[in-house]
Amino acid sequence: MSVGAWEAFFLVILREMRLSFRRPEQLLQPLVFFLIVTTLFPLGLNLQLSLLRDMAPGVLWVAALLSSLLSLDSLFKGDADDGTLEQLTLSGQSLTVIVAAKTVAHWLVTGIALVVVSPVVGTALGIPTSAFATMMLSLALGTLTLSWLGAIGAGLTIGVRRGNVLLSLIVLPLAMPLLIFGAGATDRAMSGTSVAGALYFLAALCVFTCTLAPFAATAALRITVE
Amino acid sequence: MWTWFYKLASPPYVYGVAAALMPWFLGFAAIAIGYGLIGGLVFAPPDYQQGDAFRIIYVHVPSAWMSEFVYTTMAVAGAIALIWRIKVGFAVAGASAPIGASFTLLALVTGSMWGKPMWGTYWAWDPRLTSELILLFLYVGVMSLRSAFEDPARGDRAAALLAIVGAVNIPIIHYSVVWWNSLHQAATVAKLGKPSIEGSMLWPLLSMFVGFMLFHGAVLCLRLQGEVLNRERQSAWVREAINS
Repeated sequence: MSVGAWEAFFLVILREMRLSFRRPEQLLQPLVFFLIVTTLFPLGLNLQLSLLRDMAPGVLWVAALLSSLLSLDSLFKGDADDGTLEQLTLSGQSLTVIVAAKTVAHWLVTGIALVVVSPVVGTALGIPTSAFATMMLSLALGTLTLSWLGAIGAGLTIGVRRGNVLLSLIVLPLAMPLLIFGAGATDRAMSGTSVAGALYFLAALCVFTCTLAPFAATAALRITVE
Repeated sequence: MWTWFYKLASPPYVYGVAAALMPWFLGFAAIAIGYGLIGGLVFAPPDYQQGDAFRIIYVHVPSAWMSEFVYTTMAVAGAIALIWRIKVGFAVAGASAPIGASFTLLALVTGSMWGKPMWGTYWAWDPRLTSELILLFLYVGVMSLRSAFEDPARGDRAAALLAIVGAVNIPIIHYSVVWWNSLHQAATVAKLGKPSIEGSMLWPLLSMFVGFMLFHGAVLCLRLQGEVLNRERQSAWVREAINS
Protein backbone atom coordinates (compact mmCIF):
# COMPACT_ATOMS: atom_id res chain seq x y z
CA MET A 1 0.00 0.00 0.00
CA SER A 2 1.54 3.23 -1.04
CA VAL A 3 0.73 6.46 0.70
CA GLY A 4 1.26 9.88 -0.81
CA ALA A 5 3.44 12.46 0.90
CA TRP A 6 0.51 14.65 1.97
CA GLU A 7 -1.38 11.66 3.27
CA ALA A 8 1.65 10.56 5.26
CA PHE A 9 2.04 14.09 6.60
CA PHE A 10 -1.52 14.16 7.91
CA LEU A 11 -1.36 10.58 9.18
CA VAL A 12 1.72 11.39 11.27
CA ILE A 13 0.11 14.57 12.60
CA LEU A 14 -2.99 12.58 13.53
CA ARG A 15 -0.88 9.95 15.29
CA GLU A 16 1.07 12.56 17.23
CA MET A 17 -2.09 14.36 18.30
CA ARG A 18 -3.68 11.11 19.41
CA LEU A 19 -0.60 10.21 21.43
CA SER A 20 -0.51 13.63 23.11
CA PHE A 21 -4.18 13.67 23.99
CA ARG A 22 -3.92 10.25 25.56
CA ARG A 23 -1.36 11.64 27.97
CA PRO A 24 -2.98 14.92 28.97
CA GLU A 25 -0.47 15.52 31.77
CA GLN A 26 2.23 15.98 29.14
CA LEU A 27 0.07 18.62 27.54
CA LEU A 28 -0.60 20.43 30.77
CA GLN A 29 2.88 20.43 32.27
CA PRO A 30 4.41 23.00 29.87
CA LEU A 31 1.36 25.21 30.40
CA VAL A 32 1.64 25.02 34.18
CA PHE A 33 5.36 25.73 33.83
CA PHE A 34 4.46 28.80 31.75
CA LEU A 35 2.11 30.01 34.48
CA ILE A 36 4.61 29.32 37.28
CA VAL A 37 7.47 31.14 35.57
CA THR A 38 5.32 34.20 34.94
CA THR A 39 4.29 34.11 38.60
CA LEU A 40 7.93 34.10 39.67
CA PHE A 41 8.67 37.49 38.16
CA PRO A 42 6.18 39.59 40.16
CA LEU A 43 7.25 37.70 43.29
CA GLY A 44 10.93 38.26 42.62
CA LEU A 45 10.56 41.91 41.71
CA ASN A 46 9.07 44.68 43.74
CA LEU A 47 5.43 44.61 42.89
CA GLN A 48 4.56 47.83 41.20
CA LEU A 49 2.00 47.32 38.53
CA SER A 50 3.39 50.08 36.35
CA LEU A 51 6.87 48.54 36.47
CA LEU A 52 5.44 45.10 35.91
CA ARG A 53 3.52 46.31 32.90
CA ASP A 54 6.71 47.66 31.36
CA MET A 55 8.37 44.30 31.74
CA ALA A 56 5.32 42.21 30.85
CA PRO A 57 6.08 41.51 27.16
CA GLY A 58 9.60 40.36 27.96
CA VAL A 59 8.50 38.21 30.88
CA LEU A 60 5.71 36.65 28.87
CA TRP A 61 7.99 35.87 25.96
CA VAL A 62 10.85 34.46 28.02
CA ALA A 63 8.39 32.21 29.84
CA ALA A 64 6.84 31.11 26.55
CA LEU A 65 10.23 30.28 25.02
CA LEU A 66 11.34 28.27 28.05
CA SER A 67 8.07 26.40 28.31
CA SER A 68 8.06 25.57 24.62
CA LEU A 69 11.67 24.41 24.88
CA LEU A 70 10.78 22.14 27.78
CA SER A 71 8.45 20.08 25.64
CA LEU A 72 10.76 20.07 22.61
CA ASP A 73 13.10 17.69 24.37
CA SER A 74 10.58 14.90 23.91
CA LEU A 75 9.89 15.69 20.23
CA PHE A 76 11.83 12.71 18.91
CA LYS A 77 12.99 11.07 22.11
CA GLY A 78 10.06 8.71 22.72
CA ASP A 79 10.02 7.53 19.12
CA ALA A 80 13.79 7.12 19.09
CA ASP A 81 13.76 5.07 22.31
CA ASP A 82 11.12 2.56 21.26
CA GLY A 83 12.31 2.20 17.67
CA THR A 84 9.36 3.95 16.03
CA LEU A 85 11.68 6.52 14.51
CA GLU A 86 13.69 3.80 12.76
CA GLN A 87 10.49 2.27 11.42
CA LEU A 88 9.41 5.69 10.14
CA THR A 89 12.83 6.14 8.54
CA LEU A 90 12.44 2.81 6.77
CA SER A 91 8.83 3.42 5.79
CA GLY A 92 9.74 4.60 2.32
CA GLN A 93 8.29 8.02 3.02
CA SER A 94 10.57 11.02 2.89
CA LEU A 95 11.96 11.55 6.38
CA THR A 96 11.56 15.30 5.82
CA VAL A 97 7.79 14.91 5.52
CA ILE A 98 7.69 12.93 8.76
CA VAL A 99 9.89 15.41 10.60
CA ALA A 100 7.75 18.29 9.34
CA ALA A 101 4.58 16.53 10.46
CA LYS A 102 5.97 15.82 13.92
CA THR A 103 7.06 19.43 14.31
CA VAL A 104 3.75 20.86 13.18
CA ALA A 105 1.95 18.47 15.53
CA HIS A 106 4.20 19.66 18.37
CA TRP A 107 3.23 23.23 17.63
CA LEU A 108 -0.47 22.40 17.36
CA VAL A 109 -0.32 20.81 20.79
CA THR A 110 2.01 23.12 22.73
CA GLY A 111 2.22 26.38 20.76
CA ILE A 112 -1.51 26.84 20.28
CA ALA A 113 -2.08 26.00 23.94
CA LEU A 114 0.35 28.75 24.95
CA VAL A 115 -1.44 31.19 22.67
CA VAL A 116 -4.79 30.27 24.22
CA VAL A 117 -3.52 30.66 27.78
CA SER A 118 -1.57 33.87 27.11
CA PRO A 119 -4.48 36.33 27.69
CA VAL A 120 -4.80 35.00 31.24
CA VAL A 121 -1.11 35.54 31.89
CA GLY A 122 -1.24 38.84 30.05
CA THR A 123 -4.04 40.09 32.27
CA ALA A 124 -2.11 39.08 35.38
CA LEU A 125 0.93 40.98 34.14
CA GLY A 126 -1.10 44.06 33.32
CA ILE A 127 -1.07 43.89 29.53
CA PRO A 128 -4.10 45.83 28.26
CA THR A 129 -6.79 43.96 26.33
CA SER A 130 -6.12 46.09 23.27
CA ALA A 131 -2.70 44.44 22.88
CA PHE A 132 -3.99 40.87 23.14
CA ALA A 133 -4.49 40.36 19.41
CA THR A 134 -0.91 41.33 18.63
CA MET A 135 0.39 39.34 21.56
CA MET A 136 -1.42 36.19 20.48
CA LEU A 137 -0.52 36.53 16.82
CA SER A 138 3.15 37.12 17.65
CA LEU A 139 3.15 34.16 20.04
CA ALA A 140 1.59 31.93 17.40
CA LEU A 141 4.24 32.87 14.83
CA GLY A 142 7.05 32.75 17.37
CA THR A 143 6.21 29.37 18.84
CA LEU A 144 5.95 27.82 15.38
CA THR A 145 9.39 29.20 14.50
CA LEU A 146 10.73 27.92 17.80
CA SER A 147 9.28 24.49 17.11
CA TRP A 148 11.23 24.39 13.84
CA LEU A 149 14.46 25.56 15.46
CA GLY A 150 13.85 23.12 18.29
CA ALA A 151 13.33 20.27 15.84
CA ILE A 152 16.90 20.82 14.61
CA GLY A 153 18.18 20.91 18.19
CA ALA A 154 16.13 17.92 19.27
CA GLY A 155 17.37 15.96 16.27
CA LEU A 156 20.97 16.82 17.10
CA THR A 157 20.72 15.86 20.77
CA ILE A 158 18.85 12.56 20.51
CA GLY A 159 21.74 10.28 21.40
CA VAL A 160 23.05 12.56 24.11
CA ARG A 161 22.64 11.85 27.79
CA ARG A 162 20.98 14.73 29.61
CA GLY A 163 20.34 16.25 26.21
CA ASN A 164 17.74 18.71 27.46
CA VAL A 165 20.33 21.10 28.90
CA LEU A 166 22.34 20.89 25.70
CA LEU A 167 19.17 21.45 23.69
CA SER A 168 18.55 24.74 25.51
CA LEU A 169 22.17 25.73 25.04
CA ILE A 170 21.91 25.17 21.30
CA VAL A 171 18.44 26.54 20.59
CA LEU A 172 18.21 29.60 22.83
CA PRO A 173 20.90 31.67 21.05
CA LEU A 174 19.16 30.95 17.75
CA ALA A 175 15.81 31.98 19.26
CA MET A 176 16.94 35.43 20.37
CA PRO A 177 15.53 37.21 17.28
CA LEU A 178 12.13 35.74 18.15
CA LEU A 179 12.31 37.23 21.61
CA ILE A 180 13.32 40.61 20.22
CA PHE A 181 10.56 40.84 17.63
CA GLY A 182 7.91 39.04 19.66
CA ALA A 183 8.33 41.10 22.81
CA GLY A 184 8.90 44.15 20.59
CA ALA A 185 5.58 43.69 18.81
CA THR A 186 3.70 43.26 22.09
CA ASP A 187 5.49 46.25 23.55
CA ARG A 188 4.55 48.42 20.62
CA ALA A 189 0.95 47.25 20.72
CA MET A 190 0.82 48.31 24.38
CA SER A 191 2.16 51.75 23.60
CA GLY A 192 -0.13 52.07 20.62
CA THR A 193 2.52 52.39 17.91
CA SER A 194 2.58 50.45 14.67
CA VAL A 195 3.22 46.74 15.14
CA ALA A 196 3.38 45.82 11.46
CA GLY A 197 7.18 45.89 11.17
CA ALA A 198 7.82 43.49 14.04
CA LEU A 199 5.02 41.16 12.96
CA TYR A 200 6.32 41.08 9.39
CA PHE A 201 9.75 40.17 10.72
CA LEU A 202 8.26 37.37 12.81
CA ALA A 203 6.31 36.11 9.84
CA ALA A 204 9.44 36.26 7.68
CA LEU A 205 11.42 34.28 10.25
CA CYS A 206 8.58 31.79 10.43
CA VAL A 207 8.49 31.27 6.66
CA PHE A 208 12.28 31.07 6.57
CA THR A 209 12.43 28.32 9.17
CA CYS A 210 9.42 26.50 7.68
CA THR A 211 11.26 26.19 4.39
CA LEU A 212 14.78 25.35 5.60
CA ALA A 213 14.48 23.80 9.05
CA PRO A 214 12.76 20.57 7.93
CA PHE A 215 15.81 19.73 5.83
CA ALA A 216 18.25 20.68 8.57
CA ALA A 217 16.29 18.63 11.12
CA THR A 218 16.24 15.66 8.74
CA ALA A 219 20.00 15.93 8.29
CA ALA A 220 20.37 16.08 12.07
CA LEU A 221 18.29 12.93 12.51
CA ARG A 222 20.30 11.11 9.87
CA ILE A 223 23.43 11.94 11.84
CA THR A 224 22.20 10.92 15.28
CA VAL A 225 19.82 8.02 14.53
CA GLU A 226 20.82 4.62 13.01
CA MET B 1 44.67 20.51 -11.45
CA TRP B 2 42.53 19.17 -8.64
CA THR B 3 45.24 16.93 -7.22
CA TRP B 4 46.18 19.47 -4.56
CA PHE B 5 42.57 19.43 -3.44
CA TYR B 6 42.45 15.64 -3.27
CA LYS B 7 45.71 15.60 -1.39
CA LEU B 8 44.17 17.84 1.25
CA ALA B 9 41.78 15.00 2.04
CA SER B 10 44.66 12.77 3.14
CA PRO B 11 45.48 13.09 6.85
CA PRO B 12 49.25 12.36 6.60
CA TYR B 13 49.62 15.00 3.89
CA VAL B 14 47.67 17.56 5.91
CA TYR B 15 49.70 16.71 8.99
CA GLY B 16 52.91 17.32 7.05
CA VAL B 17 51.67 20.58 5.53
CA ALA B 18 50.49 21.86 8.90
CA ALA B 19 53.79 20.98 10.53
CA ALA B 20 55.74 22.70 7.74
CA LEU B 21 53.61 25.85 7.67
CA MET B 22 53.37 26.38 11.42
CA PRO B 23 56.81 28.00 12.01
CA TRP B 24 56.34 30.33 9.02
CA PHE B 25 52.97 31.50 10.25
CA LEU B 26 54.36 31.98 13.72
CA GLY B 27 57.42 33.92 12.53
CA PHE B 28 55.50 36.32 10.29
CA ALA B 29 52.82 36.69 12.97
CA ALA B 30 55.50 37.77 15.45
CA ILE B 31 56.79 40.38 12.99
CA ALA B 32 53.33 41.76 12.12
CA ILE B 33 52.09 41.81 15.71
CA GLY B 34 55.39 43.26 16.90
CA TYR B 35 55.17 46.13 14.41
CA GLY B 36 51.50 46.64 15.18
CA LEU B 37 52.04 46.76 18.93
CA ILE B 38 54.97 49.13 18.82
CA GLY B 39 53.32 51.32 16.19
CA GLY B 40 50.00 51.30 17.99
CA LEU B 41 51.10 51.62 21.59
CA VAL B 42 54.14 53.86 21.19
CA PHE B 43 54.14 55.82 17.95
CA ALA B 44 50.45 56.40 17.22
CA PRO B 45 49.23 59.70 18.68
CA PRO B 46 46.58 59.58 21.41
CA ASP B 47 43.04 60.07 20.20
CA TYR B 48 41.79 63.63 20.60
CA GLN B 49 38.65 62.47 22.40
CA GLN B 50 39.56 59.19 24.00
CA GLY B 51 43.18 59.76 24.88
CA ASP B 52 45.23 56.63 25.33
CA ALA B 53 42.23 54.41 26.03
CA PHE B 54 41.60 54.05 22.31
CA ARG B 55 44.77 51.95 22.00
CA ILE B 56 42.85 48.88 23.08
CA ILE B 57 41.39 48.74 19.58
CA TYR B 58 44.71 47.28 18.44
CA VAL B 59 43.72 44.08 20.22
CA HIS B 60 39.96 44.48 20.31
CA VAL B 61 39.11 45.12 16.66
CA PRO B 62 41.32 42.36 15.19
CA SER B 63 39.99 39.81 17.67
CA ALA B 64 36.41 40.81 16.89
CA TRP B 65 37.12 40.35 13.18
CA MET B 66 38.80 37.03 13.84
CA SER B 67 35.89 35.78 15.92
CA GLU B 68 33.65 36.05 12.86
CA PHE B 69 36.29 34.83 10.42
CA VAL B 70 37.00 31.71 12.48
CA TYR B 71 33.29 30.91 12.76
CA THR B 72 33.05 31.08 8.98
CA THR B 73 36.10 28.83 8.63
CA MET B 74 34.53 26.36 11.04
CA ALA B 75 31.19 26.31 9.23
CA VAL B 76 32.78 26.03 5.77
CA ALA B 77 35.15 23.27 6.89
CA GLY B 78 32.21 21.44 8.46
CA ALA B 79 30.15 21.83 5.28
CA ILE B 80 33.01 20.52 3.13
CA ALA B 81 33.43 17.58 5.49
CA LEU B 82 29.70 16.77 5.50
CA ILE B 83 29.16 17.15 1.77
CA TRP B 84 32.28 15.48 0.37
CA ARG B 85 32.85 13.24 3.39
CA ILE B 86 36.36 14.59 3.88
CA LYS B 87 37.36 13.70 7.40
CA VAL B 88 40.08 16.32 7.57
CA GLY B 89 37.36 18.95 7.37
CA PHE B 90 36.03 17.77 10.74
CA ALA B 91 39.54 18.05 12.15
CA VAL B 92 39.78 21.65 10.90
CA ALA B 93 36.33 22.46 12.32
CA GLY B 94 37.23 20.83 15.62
CA ALA B 95 40.51 22.69 15.81
CA SER B 96 38.86 26.01 14.92
CA ALA B 97 36.12 26.09 17.55
CA PRO B 98 38.27 26.74 20.66
CA ILE B 99 40.37 29.29 18.77
CA GLY B 100 37.31 31.18 17.65
CA ALA B 101 35.78 31.06 21.11
CA SER B 102 39.01 32.46 22.55
CA PHE B 103 39.05 35.34 20.06
CA THR B 104 35.41 36.05 20.89
CA LEU B 105 36.14 36.07 24.60
CA LEU B 106 39.16 38.32 24.02
CA ALA B 107 37.02 40.74 22.01
CA LEU B 108 34.38 40.81 24.75
CA VAL B 109 36.87 41.32 27.57
CA THR B 110 38.83 44.05 25.77
CA GLY B 111 35.55 45.64 24.72
CA SER B 112 34.32 45.90 28.28
CA MET B 113 37.74 47.16 29.43
CA TRP B 114 37.40 49.91 26.85
CA GLY B 115 33.80 50.52 27.89
CA LYS B 116 34.69 51.30 31.51
CA PRO B 117 36.54 54.57 30.84
CA MET B 118 34.47 55.45 27.74
CA TRP B 119 30.90 54.57 28.71
CA GLY B 120 31.48 54.51 32.46
CA THR B 121 30.37 50.89 32.62
CA TYR B 122 31.88 47.53 31.80
CA TRP B 123 28.84 46.38 29.94
CA ALA B 124 26.35 48.19 27.79
CA TRP B 125 23.71 46.44 25.70
CA ASP B 126 25.29 47.77 22.58
CA PRO B 127 24.31 45.81 19.44
CA ARG B 128 27.88 44.79 18.64
CA LEU B 129 28.64 43.66 22.16
CA THR B 130 25.39 41.75 22.33
CA SER B 131 25.83 39.95 19.04
CA GLU B 132 29.41 39.15 20.00
CA LEU B 133 28.08 37.60 23.21
CA ILE B 134 25.56 35.53 21.26
CA LEU B 135 28.39 34.44 18.97
CA LEU B 136 30.22 33.18 22.06
CA PHE B 137 27.10 31.20 23.02
CA LEU B 138 27.03 29.69 19.53
CA TYR B 139 30.67 28.63 19.86
CA VAL B 140 29.97 27.08 23.26
CA GLY B 141 26.98 25.22 21.82
CA VAL B 142 29.04 23.79 18.96
CA MET B 143 31.86 22.70 21.29
CA SER B 144 29.46 21.18 23.83
CA LEU B 145 27.59 19.29 21.15
CA ARG B 146 30.81 17.87 19.71
CA SER B 147 31.96 16.55 23.07
CA ALA B 148 28.52 15.28 24.12
CA PHE B 149 28.57 12.20 21.93
CA GLU B 150 30.33 9.00 22.89
CA ASP B 151 30.98 8.29 19.23
CA PRO B 152 33.35 11.06 18.10
CA ALA B 153 32.41 10.68 14.42
CA ARG B 154 28.78 11.41 15.28
CA GLY B 155 29.78 14.38 17.43
CA ASP B 156 31.82 15.77 14.53
CA ARG B 157 28.92 15.60 12.10
CA ALA B 158 26.39 16.97 14.56
CA ALA B 159 28.67 19.89 15.46
CA ALA B 160 29.30 20.62 11.77
CA LEU B 161 25.57 20.77 11.07
CA LEU B 162 25.01 23.05 14.05
CA ALA B 163 27.82 25.33 12.89
CA ILE B 164 26.15 25.63 9.48
CA VAL B 165 22.75 26.37 11.05
CA GLY B 166 24.45 28.98 13.23
CA ALA B 167 26.20 30.55 10.24
CA VAL B 168 22.85 30.97 8.48
CA ASN B 169 21.45 32.59 11.62
CA ILE B 170 24.30 34.97 12.46
CA PRO B 171 23.19 37.77 10.08
CA ILE B 172 19.58 37.43 11.30
CA ILE B 173 20.68 37.60 14.92
CA HIS B 174 22.94 40.54 14.25
CA TYR B 175 20.34 42.64 12.47
CA SER B 176 17.59 41.82 14.94
CA VAL B 177 19.88 42.92 17.76
CA VAL B 178 20.53 46.20 15.93
CA TRP B 179 16.80 46.67 15.44
CA TRP B 180 16.08 45.84 19.09
CA ASN B 181 18.70 48.34 20.17
CA SER B 182 17.27 51.16 18.11
CA LEU B 183 13.94 50.50 19.82
CA HIS B 184 14.92 50.14 23.43
CA GLN B 185 18.05 52.06 24.00
CA ALA B 186 17.38 55.20 26.00
CA ALA B 187 20.93 56.21 26.90
CA THR B 188 22.92 57.03 23.83
CA VAL B 189 26.17 55.20 23.50
CA ALA B 190 28.99 57.41 22.38
CA LYS B 191 29.72 56.30 18.86
CA LEU B 192 33.33 56.28 17.83
CA GLY B 193 33.53 59.46 15.82
CA LYS B 194 35.98 58.57 13.09
CA PRO B 195 35.39 60.40 9.83
CA SER B 196 38.81 59.20 8.78
CA ILE B 197 41.36 57.42 10.85
CA GLU B 198 44.83 58.81 10.65
CA GLY B 199 47.54 56.82 8.87
CA SER B 200 49.80 56.45 11.87
CA MET B 201 46.85 54.91 13.70
CA LEU B 202 45.58 52.85 10.77
CA TRP B 203 48.73 51.05 9.63
CA PRO B 204 49.46 49.44 12.99
CA LEU B 205 45.82 48.31 13.12
CA LEU B 206 46.04 46.67 9.70
CA SER B 207 49.32 45.10 10.71
CA MET B 208 47.72 43.74 13.86
CA PHE B 209 44.93 42.28 11.76
CA VAL B 210 47.39 40.53 9.44
CA GLY B 211 49.33 39.40 12.50
CA PHE B 212 46.23 37.98 14.18
CA MET B 213 45.37 36.21 10.94
CA LEU B 214 48.85 34.64 10.79
CA PHE B 215 48.75 33.81 14.48
CA HIS B 216 45.42 32.11 13.91
CA GLY B 217 47.06 30.17 11.07
CA ALA B 218 49.87 29.07 13.37
CA VAL B 219 47.55 27.97 16.18
CA LEU B 220 45.24 26.25 13.70
CA CYS B 221 48.21 24.32 12.25
CA LEU B 222 49.28 23.31 15.74
CA ARG B 223 45.83 22.23 16.87
CA LEU B 224 45.17 20.57 13.52
CA GLN B 225 48.26 18.40 13.97
CA GLY B 226 46.96 17.34 17.37
CA GLU B 227 43.46 16.67 16.02
CA VAL B 228 44.77 14.63 13.08
CA LEU B 229 47.12 12.59 15.28
CA ASN B 230 44.34 11.91 17.74
CA ARG B 231 41.87 10.89 15.05
CA GLU B 232 44.35 8.70 13.18
CA ARG B 233 46.03 7.21 16.22
CA GLN B 234 45.28 3.66 15.06
CA SER B 235 47.05 4.02 11.72
CA ALA B 236 50.60 3.10 10.87
CA TRP B 237 51.78 6.49 9.60
CA VAL B 238 51.11 8.10 12.98
CA ARG B 239 53.43 5.62 14.67
CA GLU B 240 56.10 6.43 12.09
CA ALA B 241 55.56 10.17 12.43
CA ILE B 242 55.87 10.03 16.19
CA ASN B 243 58.87 7.72 16.27
CA SER B 244 60.81 9.61 13.63
